[in-house]
Amino acid sequence: MNALRRHRALSRIWASDPGLKGWFTTVNHTDLGRMFLFVATVFFVIGGILAMLIRAQLASPRSAFLGPDHYNQIFTMHGTIMMFLFAIPFFEGLAVYLLPKMLGTRDLAFPRLTAYGFWCYVFGGSMMIFALLAGIAPDSGWFMYPPLSSTIGAPGINSDFWLIGITFVEISAISAAVEITVTVLRYRAPGMKLSQMPIFAWYALVTAVMILTGFPPLILGSILLELERAFGLPFFQVAQGGDALLWQHLFWLFGHPEVYIIFLPAAGAISTILPVMARTTLMGYGWIVAAAVSLGVLSFGLWVHHMFTTGIPHMGLAFFSAASTLVAVPTAVQIFAWIGTLWKGRPSLHLPMLWLLAFFATFVIGGLTGVMVAIVPFDWQAHDTYFIVAHLHYVLVGGFVFPMIAALYYWMPHFTGRRTYFKLGNVAFWLVVPGFHGTFLALHWAGLLGMRRRIDTYESGQGWEVINIIASISGFVMAIGFALVLIDVVVNAVVAVRGSRDPWGAGTLDWAMPTPAAPYNFASLAQVTSRDPLYEDPELPVRLARGEGYLGDPGRGRRETLTVEIGTGAPRYIVVFPGNTALPVLMSAITGLFFLGMLIKAYWLVPISALGVTLCALLWVWGLGRPAPEEALPVGRGLSLHTAAEAADPPGWWGSVFLLLANGTFFGSLLFGYAFLFSIAPNWPPPAYLEPGALPVVLVLAGAGLTFLGSRIGTVVGQGMAPVGLALIAGAALPVLSESPDPTLHAYDATVWVFVGYGLLHCLVGMLMWSVVMLRRLSGHSADTTLGAMRIARLWSDYTLLVALLTAAAIGLPGVLT
Amino acid sequence: MHPAGPAAQVISQLWWVLLAGAAAIFLFVAALIALAWRRPPGETEERRFVVWLGLAFPMTVLAALLAYGLVVGERLLPRATPDLVRVQAEARQWDWRFGYDDAPGRVTENLLHIPAGRPVDVAITSVDVVHGFWVPRLAGKLDAVPGHVNLLRIEADSPGRYEGLGSEFNGAGYRDHRFTVIAHDAEGWRAFLRGETP
Repeated sequence: MNALRRHRALSRIWASDPGLKGWFTTVNHTDLGRMFLFVATVFFVIGGILAMLIRAQLASPRSAFLGPDHYNQIFTMHGTIMMFLFAIPFFEGLAVYLLPKMLGTRDLAFPRLTAYGFWCYVFGGSMMIFALLAGIAPDSGWFMYPPLSSTIGAPGINSDFWLIGITFVEISAISAAVEITVTVLRYRAPGMKLSQMPIFAWYALVTAVMILTGFPPLILGSILLELERAFGLPFFQVAQGGDALLWQHLFWLFGHPEVYIIFLPAAGAISTILPVMARTTLMGYGWIVAAAVSLGVLSFGLWVHHMFTTGIPHMGLAFFSAASTLVAVPTAVQIFAWIGTLWKGRPSLHLPMLWLLAFFATFVIGGLTGVMVAIVPFDWQAHDTYFIVAHLHYVLVGGFVFPMIAALYYWMPHFTGRRTYFKLGNVAFWLVVPGFHGTFLALHWAGLLGMRRRIDTYESGQGWEVINIIASISGFVMAIGFALVLIDVVVNAVVAVRGSRDPWGAGTLDWAMPTPAAPYNFASLAQVTSRDPLYEDPELPVRLARGEGYLGDPGRGRRETLTVEIGTGAPRYIVVFPGNTALPVLMSAITGLFFLGMLIKAYWLVPISALGVTLCALLWVWGLGRPAPEEALPVGRGLSLHTAAEAADPPGWWGSVFLLLANGTFFGSLLFGYAFLFSIAPNWPPPAYLEPGALPVVLVLAGAGLTFLGSRIGTVVGQGMAPVGLALIAGAALPVLSESPDPTLHAYDATVWVFVGYGLLHCLVGMLMWSVVMLRRLSGHSADTTLGAMRIARLWSDYTLLVALLTAAAIGLPGVLT
Repeated sequence: MHPAGPAAQVISQLWWVLLAGAAAIFLFVAALIALAWRRPPGETEERRFVVWLGLAFPMTVLAALLAYGLVVGERLLPRATPDLVRVQAEARQWDWRFGYDDAPGRVTENLLHIPAGRPVDVAITSVDVVHGFWVPRLAGKLDAVPGHVNLLRIEADSPGRYEGLGSEFNGAGYRDHRFTVIAHDAEGWRAFLRGETP
């Protein structure tokens, strides 16, 4: 079989459906990566238009262009869109597109999940844009502090759009993060050790784990606040035992890691592009990996620096101030390693490199002002002024947007298969970068002169006029520059001439394929022995196209790739991917109905759509696996492997592990919130703690024992015992809730209800999982091919048992001890 | 930027130190980058960049800075002194009400009277949403959180009127959520406490 016939055969297997239908049924990461990037760019444009409205309003004092009601919606939505609908999804898009290619595999771990996440993002984002167009957008600032964002300050539907829409969008972040983690750990080219991964994969891994542990506090906060708004559960109302500060903790527990979740992918792109632009290899690979990991860890220790002015005790301030300055160290390690790389090589001044220089100039200033505001006394003065606005734009635009434009220009030949041809990009560069500094450099000063952020207009005579008119004009120059970048990209994509395969002379596997990429990426999978396979073997792309790697034989007629051992990269088993399907888009549409029902208070819609989602999920799962084991199949290069269907740790098991990491963080945040209210909130203790007696304790213990035993027996009988045990645990909810019939009385009662609801949900999920496993066995699937599914169910039910025991302790102990 | 009290003075001084340091570091980094184009390519020692510049350099600078910040922070703390004056600030959408320990029952709206030259502790709270108390020329800011009371030390060097601001976004009336601080001389303060000043 020659290369062309192999290409045709593989394309038939991997291609998306033709025409319009293909957009909705594709599960291919190349398609979905592009779609993510496109939609994120659309949101960037919308957010940018809002920014221009803000600058138009602030250009002159006493402006009558926008009133406070519109202005408040506009700045709230500007921040919200840029953070949640542009930055994070743009990273997801880039990672979805690039990771399998860089890692030398054919798709992400869970193709249908990619599609599901994408559609959740599109539907959730559309909800937010609808609110904006209808003039009922959130207006409490992008960090939505209650009580202002709760029913007291915002009785309308505005805040609900934020809480429900953003939570909906977060599904896409969580699913992308699970997928990236499993892909980086298990889906690499054979032989690629962890220490030989492209540096971008390391950054993506750290970022994904941070999303899994950083987003759950926000999701919890949003759910609690929506429960308060919709049903009066008083988590943030001080009179009934709530506390407004609880939200601030949950929000910034997410919000600070979020900043690094945005910066790290950009740093990954820089670490990839910069050495190529300097015609050398990256300096200090190990140091940079260590720096990225420590940034990820440290970023969870400094959320309080957003709350220096909320009355935190001085010792606490000192600790978090130290942590906040400490985070500059791993950042400095990366910056100087990059400069060292430039010194090592022969740096060029191609367009991507220009944007990286803009990154250096901007981000270093943003980092330095960041150290300034980490110093508490200075923060007390600068907090909530334009100094902060300027600082955060330096960090986010300098640390994310500029490197992402560098990435755009660097990978554009890959996206389009064409040479970048026109010089429009250079003009755009010289408009955007000076425009940016013209906008934000002087605004530092306005902040120091006392200009508060978020005021809709100001009086003349405070020395702010000149600064603001310069900022507005520069802002418009910058916007024109961004528009030129977009035009440049479109023009290049449409009319530029065909280019060579590896125009920059890079060494990573993403350039070891013809561009634009074929849907299967690699005609056969490479055996990797070094960090830059293309430097080691420039002929590699040709040999892969000839089918000299793994899985070069399309004869089995299905979408196959390999998974590897985490550390060594030794090939482990064959994964068979699902084909094109409309199930993800259907399931996300029904998920959307669930959120819509919550939003418009059509509560009858909520259980119906929850049922719909469950049915979709069952359909989804049922299609996996096969009734009887296959024998070991040849994968090329003399090797034979089993398929994942017979593995004890199939991809779904790994996905569950990381989904449970996010889930556990969610539960941990709930425990944190409970402890916070218990110890800090003013109106505690509540009138009475629950004393439900012995019945629930007996039910939980008996159910836990039964489930634990059943899940370890491994026969159909055991698979029948486990859900019964979970049902017993669920039964404990009744006597507990009857003791606390009204969750609106006190934050304590409200918390009990959330604990119980969370436990009930997990019992239900566990029962469903065990039922699926049992039905599979009864319908004739062999024990070998249900082993993986059973271990997934056991993982979930073990987690549920842990939750049940912790919940019982958290609810029961205060009543017993007092 | 026009400090009129010891707290604002210290912070202003802090700012100039921070600005000078930041400018020096920025120029240093920019020069290093520019040099990459100026020198012949070749083996560059990893240790020099990663360990010395990446680790040792920022750690030294940050340790010094942090110590400085903590010392300044200590000086801003509301510590007990004999001539201390205590007032209360209560925020609501979109007004401020002030009460005085030395004149119980006396409440002023959007007008805070203090004596000049004496430290004043403001006990800040809110009755509805989260607000921020800020008199830019006298001190940093502190939030007014419902159910909590936060203590901020302010002091005006000389008598006069100082603008005060709500400094945490609080809805439609945020722009005009302001108040005025009137710092009296010793005689004026006594007159105020006697109820002679409106």
